[in-house]
Amino acid sequence: MRSPVTGWLFLAPTITVLAIFGFLPFLYVAFVGFFDWNPFAANPGLVFAGVNNYRRLVFDDLFLRSIGLTLQFTFWVVLSELVIGYLLAQLFMRDFPLKGLFRTIHTLPLLVAPIAVGASWKLLTTPGLGPIPYYLERWFGIDYRMGAFENQAFITTVVMDIWHWTPLVTLTLLAGLSAMPKEPIESAQVDGANRWQIFWHITLPMLKPVLLTTIFIRLMDALRTVDEVWMLTGGGPGTATRYIGLHIWRVVFPQTDYGYGAAMSLLTLYLTIMLCWFLYVALVARKPRGS
Amino acid sequence: MKKKSSLLPLLIWCGMTIITLLPIWWLFVVSMRTRVQLFGRPSMLLNGFYWGNYIEVLENEEFRFYMWNSIIVATSNCLLVTILALLATFALSRYKLAAEDSLFFWLITNRMAPAAVFLLPLFLIYTQWFNLFDTRIGLILLYGVFNLPFAIWLMKGIMDGIPKELDEAAMIDGASTFQVLTKVIIPLAKPGLAVTAILTWMFAWNEYLFAATLTSVEARTITTGLAEFVSVTGTNWGELAALSMLTLAPALVFLGFVQRHIVAGLTFGAVKE
Repeated sequence: MRSPVTGWLFLAPTITVLAIFGFLPFLYVAFVGFFDWNPFAANPGLVFAGVNNYRRLVFDDLFLRSIGLTLQFTFWVVLSELVIGYLLAQLFMRDFPLKGLFRTIHTLPLLVAPIAVGASWKLLTTPGLGPIPYYLERWFGIDYRMGAFENQAFITTVVMDIWHWTPLVTLTLLAGLSAMPKEPIESAQVDGANRWQIFWHITLPMLKPVLLTTIFIRLMDALRTVDEVWMLTGGGPGTATRYIGLHIWRVVFPQTDYGYGAAMSLLTLYLTIMLCWFLYVALVARKPRGS
Repeated sequence: MKKKSSLLPLLIWCGMTIITLLPIWWLFVVSMRTRVQLFGRPSMLLNGFYWGNYIEVLENEEFRFYMWNSIIVATSNCLLVTILALLATFALSRYKLAAEDSLFFWLITNRMAPAAVFLLPLFLIYTQWFNLFDTRIGLILLYGVFNLPFAIWLMKGIMDGIPKELDEAAMIDGASTFQVLTKVIIPLAKPGLAVTAILTWMFAWNEYLFAATLTSVEARTITTGLAEFVSVTGTNWGELAALSMLTLAPALVFLGFVQRHIVAGLTFGAVKE
């Protein structure tokens, strides 16, 4: 019988790294959030402030607007990626030449550094340089200037995220579809069910576990998007694309109001977890319909 | 069930491939142009090979230093993470440990934390307690936070797939635990170790937010160099594109090796292919 002590010795370095660089900052941020602490203020030390920082947050318009923008962004990217990813996965279920090659190329965006994704989209969308503003103007007469129009900047970040992350959704849903038994769909077709009925009553319930995993992973990643958006828009114009990660990093962090920044960080983490929790309850805990 | 034609998926996928490659192709086209060629109607075609932008970037000592930092940080982190994950999954897979499942769950949740939330405490800890601010070792250890959970997920499946009878047989033959690991486990886990190493290397290479916040001069990486490039030089698009191409070059190189595994990796093994 192997001694568990040896096992713990093998695990010790991993636990140490994660405890110091993963768990300690979490405790620290929770601690600092209860203090007033600005090293460059008149009183540079830590002053206990109770929940004052959190009270301030509830009335902080910039913070609330940033949270709202993040939620809108997340909603649109996750929804679009699910729909497009599902359709593409269904296409991959068919047989056609060069499927392996198409699949490999489709995987490429997942490996590209987010900061390089932001750079490439910046080059595509810069007026006077990129093809997107040029052809939008020429073919549709759209005046596309991301630096001037808030909704254009927002939509561009959404499109960029769709480009970047749809492949992940396609490939996970493809894995789910490939693992599904064929018989229920075939017998439903024999019984004369139409495509929509098959999708709603058979494919969807059977795909549910994979679908949920995909939704949660995309949700968590979309909520913390920073790099690409920073590179593409810098959070602007104004505050139009200043999602919460950007807000904490670019606005709150440089103000050296550490207690307040810590409280905002912790509240953001809490909101992320709560959102996932509510979705989990809404999607999983509810009785599956039709089955 | 009537046989569906393969023409429609083929056409749609050709279109999708163009969309997927378009931003990267455009980067490449811009990186191959002189300043003068960038004005006027944006043509998507290559005008010819002009290497001036790449030469400018590679001759810039600062960028060479950034690239060198990135290579050191990514390589050290990938070695560290792969070795630690090998040991950790060996323990999780072969030993009966108390609270094993909760421990595994805790290890994994580290990856889900939003980076921006941890910037402030990490910055304070690095500057005030550890003296790790602006050091490569600081980044190497920190990247373990998102790479270790990922590597452990990937390696756990591989480790569980190696039959326990093999290392038991080796033990009966008198092999020590260390010998079991080096003579039995590592040779069998080699392909999995390679994938883990490549993907963790890629993630460390791609990381931006921590590197931008926790370094200032000495440990700047290529991604921070790319981001600074925009704010400092403004409109030198050719060089920006060349530097972007250099940043994403490893992705192009490794794509073929890891594309089968990246989905299992990114979904924490929840979705297997």
